[in-house]
Amino acid sequence: MQIPPPFEYERATSIDHAIALLDRLGPEARLVAGGHSLLPMMKLRLARPEHLIDINDLDMAYVRVEGGEIRIGAMTRHRELLESAVAAEHYAIFGEAERVIADPIVRNRGTVGGSLCQADPSEDLSAVMSALGATVVLRSKNGERTVAAREFHLGPYETAVQPGEIVTEIRVPIRNRTGSAYQKVERRAGDWAIAASGVFVSLDAGTISDCGIGLTAVGVEHFCAPAAEDALRGQAPTEANIVAAAQLAADASNPSSDQRGPADYKRHLANELTARALRRAIARAQGGS
Amino acid sequence: MTVTEVPTSAGGNPIGFGRMLRKEDARFLRGQGHYIDDMDMPGMLHGAILRSPVAHAYIKSIDTSAAEAHPKVKAVITGATLETLGLAWVPTLSYDTAAVLATDKVRFQGQEVAFVIAEDKYSARDALELIDVEYEILPPVVDAKKALDPGAPVIRTDKEGKTDNHIFDWEAGDEAKCDAAFAKADVIVSQDMLYPRVHPSPMETCGAVALMDKVTGQLTIWCTSQAPHAHRTIYALVAGLPEQKIRVVTNDIGGGFGNKVGIYSGYVLAIVGSIVTGKPVKWVEDRSEHLMSTAFARDYHMHGEIAATKEGKILGVRVNVLADHGCFNGTAQPTKFPAGFFHIFTGSYDYEAAHCKVTGVYTNKAPGGVAYACSFRITEAVYLVERLVDCLADEMKIDPAQLRLQNLLRAEQFPYTTPTGWEYDSGNYGPTLLEAMRIAGYDELRAEQRGRRERRAAGDTSEPLMGIGLSFFTEGVGAGPRKHMDILGLGMADGAELRVHPTGKAQLRLSCISQGQGHQTTFAQIVAQELGIPPEDVEVIQGDTDNTPFGLGTYGSRSTPVSGGAAAIVARRVRDKARVVAAAALECSPDDLEWKLGRWQVKGDPEKGKTIQEIAMLSHSSLELPDGVEGHLDGTCVYNPPNLTYPFGAYICVTDVDPGTGEVKVRRFIAVDDCGPRINPMIVEGQVHGGLADGVGMALMQVIAFDEEGNNLGGSFMDYLLPTSMECPSWELGETITPSPHHPLGVKGVGESATVGSPPAVVNSVLDAIQVRHADMPLTPAQVWRAMQGNPFRTDLAIT
Ligand SMILES: Cc1cc2nc3c(=O)[nH]c(=O)nc-3n(C[C@H](O)[C@H](O)[C@H](O)COP(=O)(O)OP(=O)(O)OC[C@H]3O[C@@H](n4cnc5c(N)ncnc54)[C@H](O)[C@@H]3O)c2cc1C
Repeated sequence: MQIPPPFEYERATSIDHAIALLDRLGPEARLVAGGHSLLPMMKLRLARPEHLIDINDLDMAYVRVEGGEIRIGAMTRHRELLESAVAAEHYAIFGEAERVIADPIVRNRGTVGGSLCQADPSEDLSAVMSALGATVVLRSKNGERTVAAREFHLGPYETAVQPGEIVTEIRVPIRNRTGSAYQKVERRAGDWAIAASGVFVSLDAGTISDCGIGLTAVGVEHFCAPAAEDALRGQAPTEANIVAAAQLAADASNPSSDQRGPADYKRHLANELTARALRRAIARAQGGS
Repeated sequence: MTVTEVPTSAGGNPIGFGRMLRKEDARFLRGQGHYIDDMDMPGMLHGAILRSPVAHAYIKSIDTSAAEAHPKVKAVITGATLETLGLAWVPTLSYDTAAVLATDKVRFQGQEVAFVIAEDKYSARDALELIDVEYEILPPVVDAKKALDPGAPVIRTDKEGKTDNHIFDWEAGDEAKCDAAFAKADVIVSQDMLYPRVHPSPMETCGAVALMDKVTGQLTIWCTSQAPHAHRTIYALVAGLPEQKIRVVTNDIGGGFGNKVGIYSGYVLAIVGSIVTGKPVKWVEDRSEHLMSTAFARDYHMHGEIAATKEGKILGVRVNVLADHGCFNGTAQPTKFPAGFFHIFTGSYDYEAAHCKVTGVYTNKAPGGVAYACSFRITEAVYLVERLVDCLADEMKIDPAQLRLQNLLRAEQFPYTTPTGWEYDSGNYGPTLLEAMRIAGYDELRAEQRGRRERRAAGDTSEPLMGIGLSFFTEGVGAGPRKHMDILGLGMADGAELRVHPTGKAQLRLSCISQGQGHQTTFAQIVAQELGIPPEDVEVIQGDTDNTPFGLGTYGSRSTPVSGGAAAIVARRVRDKARVVAAAALECSPDDLEWKLGRWQVKGDPEKGKTIQEIAMLSHSSLELPDGVEGHLDGTCVYNPPNLTYPFGAYICVTDVDPGTGEVKVRRFIAVDDCGPRINPMIVEGQVHGGLADGVGMALMQVIAFDEEGNNLGGSFMDYLLPTSMECPSWELGETITPSPHHPLGVKGVGESATVGSPPAVVNSVLDAIQVRHADMPLTPAQVWRAMQGNPFRTDLAIT
């Protein structure tokens, strides 16, 4: 058994209580949601928070439609997003990504908010939210603010979350005539991505009116490939355009070699998986969903 | 061996061989297993090991004062403490020495440097951070291929006069004869291949609780040992403790796979800790410690060559091996064989000659090498020959099944002596391969593959690539004979003791120890078969050296071949004794009795007879017994196997490979095993299932690589991947039955067969799919993709 250093534990009863605890306990306190990123780091003694503030009792687990957006509570478990009919109705990408995040045990506890806040450079939902142009809602004693998903991640394990702030919700705009898809390659079920690409494509009268391309584990900034998106907008959804955009996505990547694979392979995957995701998303958009 | 006549017990179980649920499972499934970390004792203290963060460095100083000042710390032990006890360095199972705690230098990342004993495990871990070690970093030897370079850093400076990293040179076979066979060959194919370093990773890590009773001088060690008796003797020899006062107890073990054969620093430190504190001391390592410091497996860099005539008759095989043993030569195998049983690499084929040379080297990596169900390196041997045969088939454009069928040993050649000196006891290989091909539908599979290749050539890329891979393996398991096989001078023979109590219930005491193999069931069935009593009535007692006969334990698939032989013979001795008692009770001569369905009965008068239960009571009663029979119903025996048993099998793996991503899906896996008669077919199938999953893991994902600084890149389950059910197809099993002529039950070992036989089938299948001659394991998506680009990488080093 791996054993963490000593820490104190508080259980928050409301969002305001959590914020008050964050304020009182200061920078050495950490929120714990599903704990599937934080606790392993503590056990490896890579993270040493003095206090844990448990937010599992907070009323932040939901997936619902409001104001033309899908609203996902920060404490929504991976499994809840995976099984959400509301999410599936609008975006296939949620189910496709969630199905390949970790394993059922982790998905039962790990949360959407925790995933984004962990900001692991191989994290899947960051690519999904970046592709979808989602917005992250944060609260502190000074009130609420929103940050675009593409501005939320500042770098590996770094986010826009300020001291005393808690992520409460993620908002995803609902789009018409849109298809989405997620493509991931892993060494084994339950492993982190070697590379993954998630996209949405909206069609209007035979052309791509809007699209989003998110990538993870390949070192693209903010988990997205804007040049590839720009190249597709206003174009016909042809194979040639797909291939060109996929190449731009690969060009935007800057992967590093590690035991999951060498950089050249990951760059190849950025291309291959983006092309596959685009083909699927376009087929879905054409299918009318 | 007739299995058909087996009667059943009141519980519905076979009295003898046959399918029955495992007796131990009710306990395991209810969470009532008793593993090392379940141990608790009054006043028990907890130990934790400080480990080296670097691969190679001088230790300049160790300051333990802050740790000692921790309010819950009872003692801190360093290499210097151990030096005063003469225990800093101990002998390994391969006649080398290994440091219990580093004294002069650290030699691998994760090496034991200090031991903290505290009131609880949290404080012990916290105190590790208070120890201040000053290291002077040295360049490490990471790449085994550079270990013998002139000027390479010398790792074993502790050995006087040592100026290089060479451990041993060893060879087997006839080099001149082999060269002659190669000289007349029409085709020679050579291939470099690595069987990379992998780790067995049993579910339970290693651990121990030690208690030195100061009053009685009795030392008790509860630990995760696959060889409790050997451990006891080694403790006596190494530490000079009186052997009659040492008791080693192994309760349930959560998997071993050869990883738990040796003695680890943690065990010794728990003992020293108890001597120092006078309290029981528990040490249990965590997963990363386990992966980084305990016995790994393989790490063989092989250069193989195979020679054949233009008709496809294989003439010979030769191989050069560079063996990476890590920083101490601590391989756990019969001591006379520095490369284990690797020289069985001629496999299942008939050739004129074969030859191998093995050179062992030190590197700045954890010690080990023989583990993970390898049958003492037969895994490496089978991989080598099965890859070479496929390379030859590829070169000659012959179907690999055809090439194998053409060259397999024929039934009439058994018993067969191989060019490297093994005597295969029995075999009938052709039908086994044909059975696997029948189950697979081999010809249909090849037709499907041709269809896919044609469609792809015509531009349709919608289907994945398809591969069909075969392997045929011959194993040699069940070491001894003691004349040839020993560990540190302890001959590999095993004892058994059987007592039948007055009510006819029996206790069987064995030297081997189950780690999940189902010994409670298999050995009870052996006694049931021989005595005609229900297996439920036979308690199998293992793992406590005070309560079981001497023997070398469970690894190398040796329990059924060796202890199974002992159990059968001791039961037959008891049965013979029962005959005399029955004759006395029936007032006839023992010669007038015959053994029928669990009963001694009068020949020609089956009404008159006695069951073992009746005889058991009579043996303990006031019945007048003939001279020479002392009463009671028990027996002992030591079984010294006359030879190894040689199980074999034919495996076929079908894969789909996505050429765009390099992802491999094992679509089907057919395994036909021949391990002689099956005592409990369900248990045999379970062993095969586990081994096949191991094989998929090794072929596709498992590896412990090191970066250039000697950092272990497989030190957690995030980095060291074990296969899950998602990677395993529904296994398709078959069997043929060729009994061992020399085993009392005709049975052969099977525990490691599938682990040994399956990796080459998977690799051959993937390479068949991508039509590439060779790429080293593990065939991760990255490696497959790179192999398709003609640029596979070295899997023992960091990927760059
Ligand atoms: C075996 C395993 C495999 C995995 N595989 C994958 C994978 O394939 N793909 C993938 O993307 N992920 C994977 N993960 C990561 C998993 O998805 C994350 O652990 C999990 O989703 C993070 O959420 P959590 O609720 O567990 O976060 P926690 O561990 O509780 O917290 C993570 C961090 O976020 C902070 N935090 C949490 N909630 C909030 C909030 N509401 N506001 C502000 N800060 C907050 C915490 O303080 C902490 O710093 C894997 C994890 C494991 C253990």
